Amino acid sequence: MRGKRLFIAVFLLPPLLLYGVFVVSPYAQAFPIAGTNWSGLSPTYEFVGADNLKRLLGDEYFWTALRHNGLLLVLLPVVTILLGLFFASMISVGGRADRVGVHGVRGAGVYRVVYFFPQVLSVAIVGVLWKQMYASNTGMINGFLRGIGLDGLAVAWLGDPRFAFWCVLAVLVWMNVGFYVVLFGAAMQSIPRDLYEAALLDGANRLTTLVRITVPLVWDTIQVAWVYLAIVAIDGFAVVQIITDGGPSSSSDVVGLRLYKTAFADGQFGYASAIGVAMFFLTLTVAVMFLRVTRRERVEL
Amino acid sequence: MTSGISRRGLLRGAAGVAAAGTIGGCAMGGDDAKDTGTGAKGEVSAANPLGVKDDAPLEVVIFNGGFGEEYAKAHEAMYRERYPKAEIKHSATQQIAETLQPRFVAGDPPDVVDNSGGSQIDFNGLVSQGALTDLGALLDAPSLDDPSTKVRDTLLPGIVDVGSYDGKFLALNYTYSAYGIWYSRKLFQAKGWEYPRTWPEMIALCKKIKAAGIAPWAYTGVHARYMSWPILTAAAKLGGLEVIKAIDNLEPGAWKSDAVRAAAEAYYQLAVDGFLQPGAEGMDHIQAQTEWARGHAAFISCGSWLENEMKAVTPPGFDMAVAPTPSLTTGDKMSYAAFRGTGGEPFIVPAKGKNVRGGMEYLRVMLSKKAAADFTTKVSSLTAVTGAARGLSLGPGLTSVTKLIDDSQGSAFTWLYATYYRKLERERVNAATLELLTKRINAAQWCDKVQKSADEFAADPAVKKYKRA
Repeated sequence: MRGKRLFIAVFLLPPLLLYGVFVVSPYAQAFPIAGTNWSGLSPTYEFVGADNLKRLLGDEYFWTALRHNGLLLVLLPVVTILLGLFFASMISVGGRADRVGVHGVRGAGVYRVVYFFPQVLSVAIVGVLWKQMYASNTGMINGFLRGIGLDGLAVAWLGDPRFAFWCVLAVLVWMNVGFYVVLFGAAMQSIPRDLYEAALLDGANRLTTLVRITVPLVWDTIQVAWVYLAIVAIDGFAVVQIITDGGPSSSSDVVGLRLYKTAFADGQFGYASAIGVAMFFLTLTVAVMFLRVTRRERVEL
Repeated sequence: MTSGISRRGLLRGAAGVAAAGTIGGCAMGGDDAKDTGTGAKGEVSAANPLGVKDDAPLEVVIFNGGFGEEYAKAHEAMYRERYPKAEIKHSATQQIAETLQPRFVAGDPPDVVDNSGGSQIDFNGLVSQGALTDLGALLDAPSLDDPSTKVRDTLLPGIVDVGSYDGKFLALNYTYSAYGIWYSRKLFQAKGWEYPRTWPEMIALCKKIKAAGIAPWAYTGVHARYMSWPILTAAAKLGGLEVIKAIDNLEPGAWKSDAVRAAAEAYYQLAVDGFLQPGAEGMDHIQAQTEWARGHAAFISCGSWLENEMKAVTPPGFDMAVAPTPSLTTGDKMSYAAFRGTGGEPFIVPAKGKNVRGGMEYLRVMLSKKAAADFTTKVSSLTAVTGAARGLSLGPGLTSVTKLIDDSQGSAFTWLYATYYRKLERERVNAATLELLTKRINAAQWCDKVQKSADEFAADPAVKKYKRA
């Protein structure tokens, strides 16, 4: 027995140690740093107590960023999960019922690859790609709009505070939805086909089967998706930084970008850490809340 | 939902870890940073006025941006010629702040840093932490070309000002940039247009340009601060340098002075009259400059790096030229020929470097005529060294820059708030200027908005304040 424990420990300790040093320790250090005025350029600093926190509460740029994260938090999971469920159910069970039973729409395999495609691109490439797509005079989106005679709709997408945030949201949905299509698709594969066949015999339409059979049976997966997407929504840093850099006039700013700029552009690592600490508690609260709210009876098969 | 650790337990654990504070290596370092002060020291002599230790290694970190890193390799070779025993470590990066920040904390910075680019380390932080070597000794050292001339006297006017913080010369801005309005001489000749010297002439010409089917002005919406440059330049010409000094010193109401407001109103007029290229608000600087180089717009505001930056897309025979911003009135305090000229590409010698003297010597080598001429040939930019470009064959853009400098007869000026308080320009003025140019706010509101931001900086105890004399 002891030998077995040792054997397991040999495999567990090194990764735990690495995780501790490179993930937990920097995280933990953010807490004490948040109480200092450290500039990040010398080993000297002073403890300023809760000053950074007070400053945070009165920082209108932080609140603007937080509001955008809040909006993302509401919209990104809802839109992504709804789209993901719709696409996944079309691919897995959306086809016309015929002799072979319940299956996906024609070309389901191709769709699965197409939807998943954004996942294999790095965030940087996605960002640059969409920045060019949105470009006002040379971009594909305006080119398309002008091509079909809708010149009036061809606006400077990223230069207008009314649109910039929504442009970013669209990209976030686009780059995330494929993963959930595959995830939900896999969950749906494990639902016995005869349930659908029975429902069809009883005269249920597609919407009813989706709401009454598919969703309850993949609820666990949806719950996980919800938490993942919430974390993406609280972050959003990389995409925003590349596509709009928070502009114009903070109209697409997010807390992560505020943190990064406060640290590396303004050289205020103490204050930046305070933002990080705020983000930490926010993420934690949201995760706990989501798990709680979405808790419901598990359907056993 | 079953899990081994309860949420409460996890939270308690997290709080415990946080309270424990610094475990393992701490990001903030300790007090064990080696403070070597001046670092390695050698014999001071006529040939070695800065007292470089001839075998001390030298580490140079270059910002790998528009100028690349090849020029630095040439400079390093020149240094090695003088000190063959010194080992030189060269590296280049686009992420200056991210790469070097931990090394500043550890007390182990390189000896020379080209602190430029989007990820430049904020000077306000560097200076207030005392992280930089006072380069006064370099200014007073004899120049490499002529032992009877001090380095100070070989620099173009403005270079010492823009690198000085509270009277100490801490950053050598190696390039010299002239800022103005750019146009294609070929286009203007073909259409019979003449560059306007006054604002009414500018508006009149814009009407003609628009009628010819070309957008009069291109600008970058992402970096709308490029358009704040002609506004402030026009304001300085109208009201004199005092207008700019008040802004640099964060004086109350500095941005609301009559001169600044008049200038803002003039450029707001471009937006009101529809003289700005549609869609420009969504473009970054490369996209906007490309539109201009393709002849879709007639004017653009930029610095003298424009020619090099747009080399790949500028059509042959485009014949780009820079001109001063037009005078607002006939009673302007400065002449039409005055322009904003200042240093760029700041090189620093960190105070805690191991070879501070070598770092300064490296800068002295860079400031020799040979090194400066080599730089200008390689990257098509003028340097801080007076007359180093004389006799070189320059592109049309750079030739027009040298003419601009000659015509100004020493009346070039600059503002320092953008180097003192970088964020004020990069974020606040940038955002407000885009709103002005897209007519979401008018000129008076622009002044109010920027003034409000400037007041915030003035009141922020975390920001070190500088006084411009």
